[in-house]
Amino acid sequence: MSDKVKVIIDGISVEVAPGTTILNAARQIGGDIVPPAMCYYSKLEGSGGKCRTCLVKVSKGSEADPRPMPKLVASCRTTVMEGMEVQNITSPEVVDARKGVVEMLLINHPLDCPVCDQAGECDLQDLAFNHGAAETRYEFERRTFDRIDIGDKIQLHMNRCILCYRCTYVADQLTDCRQQGIVGRGDHAEISTYIEKAIDNDFSGNMIDVCPVGALTDKTFRFKSRVWFTKPVDAHRDCPTCSGKVMLWYKGDDVIRVTARKDENHEVEEFICNTCRFDKKATKDWVIEGPSRIEHTSVISSNHYDTLKPLPVIQENKALMAANKEELERTKKS
Amino acid sequence: MEALSNRKKVLEQKPMNFWERIYLPAIFQGMAITFRHMFKKKETIYYPEVQREFSENWRGMHSLKRDEDGRERCTACGLCALSCPAEAITMVAAERKKGEEALYREEKYAAVYEINMLRCIFCGLCEEACPKEAIYLDGPIVPSDYLRKDFIYGKDKLVEQPFNSKV
Repeated sequence: MSDKVKVIIDGISVEVAPGTTILNAARQIGGDIVPPAMCYYSKLEGSGGKCRTCLVKVSKGSEADPRPMPKLVASCRTTVMEGMEVQNITSPEVVDARKGVVEMLLINHPLDCPVCDQAGECDLQDLAFNHGAAETRYEFERRTFDRIDIGDKIQLHMNRCILCYRCTYVADQLTDCRQQGIVGRGDHAEISTYIEKAIDNDFSGNMIDVCPVGALTDKTFRFKSRVWFTKPVDAHRDCPTCSGKVMLWYKGDDVIRVTARKDENHEVEEFICNTCRFDKKATKDWVIEGPSRIEHTSVISSNHYDTLKPLPVIQENKALMAANKEELERTKKS
Repeated sequence: MEALSNRKKVLEQKPMNFWERIYLPAIFQGMAITFRHMFKKKETIYYPEVQREFSENWRGMHSLKRDEDGRERCTACGLCALSCPAEAITMVAAERKKGEEALYREEKYAAVYEINMLRCIFCGLCEEACPKEAIYLDGPIVPSDYLRKDFIYGKDKLVEQPFNSKV
């Protein structure tokens, strides 16, 4: 018996190791058939199964038992079986269910994308754009909370939280002691640090990166710029605590934000420490590798560029500029 | 070769007769037309003293709107600048402080908002992109000026005056 099992996802067959989830099998194929995931995070143990956006239809259970599964299943939690057939975007039932899930996720999510710093790189924004309805049917008051500062560098907007639990897993798994969790149940659930204790840990900043929405944001980046006006650049440095591989977000010549690098599933490649994230914001601290790869569908690529410093449209002529100094100064507003 | 469409007209050119050759009737005819126009209504409008009526979809100078309570609507989301094909718009966002709730509608506002009127092509895409109904191109023609820097309009020129109708 071979140690690989064969599954068919949307008509594409793939061989994966036993025990792989349907979502990870689909990610091995890649492309449009990968179910979206808001709560599952491959780097965080135990994540997944909460948001239900990755629902798929299993039309054939396995080779041994070919009956379809009675209900749609969460692909991040269901492991594959030999001969399993899965439908994702080819099943209208799944597409319809996902639309319902998006509507539920957006019930309490405020429509403050123009204010939110996550806009442009927000997973929920992409998800709602691709799968959601344009209008809400919810008629009641959305639940609101005050903003909470988690430490002096991270801000929690509980309004925007979709309770994916990713940040609590970060706090649990990357740190030694548990400092953050979810308090309350059901509609009253909210992210909190116990007794509002400030999180003081070298890797706490990663909860900003794992947050799929704008609930946890970088306070040092707050309202500095919209994401699509900044230019991401891959860089690294010798860091004693982490790998030091980051993305620098440039606005003009200034680094205004440092984040971890993300892969094609919008997951952090390697977690970075708070020193890299918050304290090293000068070009001289970093060895620059080159512009980061950004999907062409992303709004960030609207000012995409291939070279770090694009060639000037008009060649600079120093002699001419000196001669026309007065004229040039007139073009600038003092 | 025969023409395919048959739409071609062949003009006949006859030699001019005596009256046509001396040109005087044609000259008097032309003068009569000129003279007749002296008694007609003048089409010239003396701008800027007199202004022609704009059409309903006229796009002129931008204005940043206030809401019904007189607070600025703009939240500096940057969508106007993103949609601007001429890259005429720049802005700097700032956070609303406590006590400024009467000035700005959202927790973020545009501290600096500049439109370069020389770059602007008045396409109206900023108006369409705005999610807060904050910018409209409902103003007059942008006035002329001498220096390039004076065409960079800041918030002092763009934000509309507060609506004071408290009687």
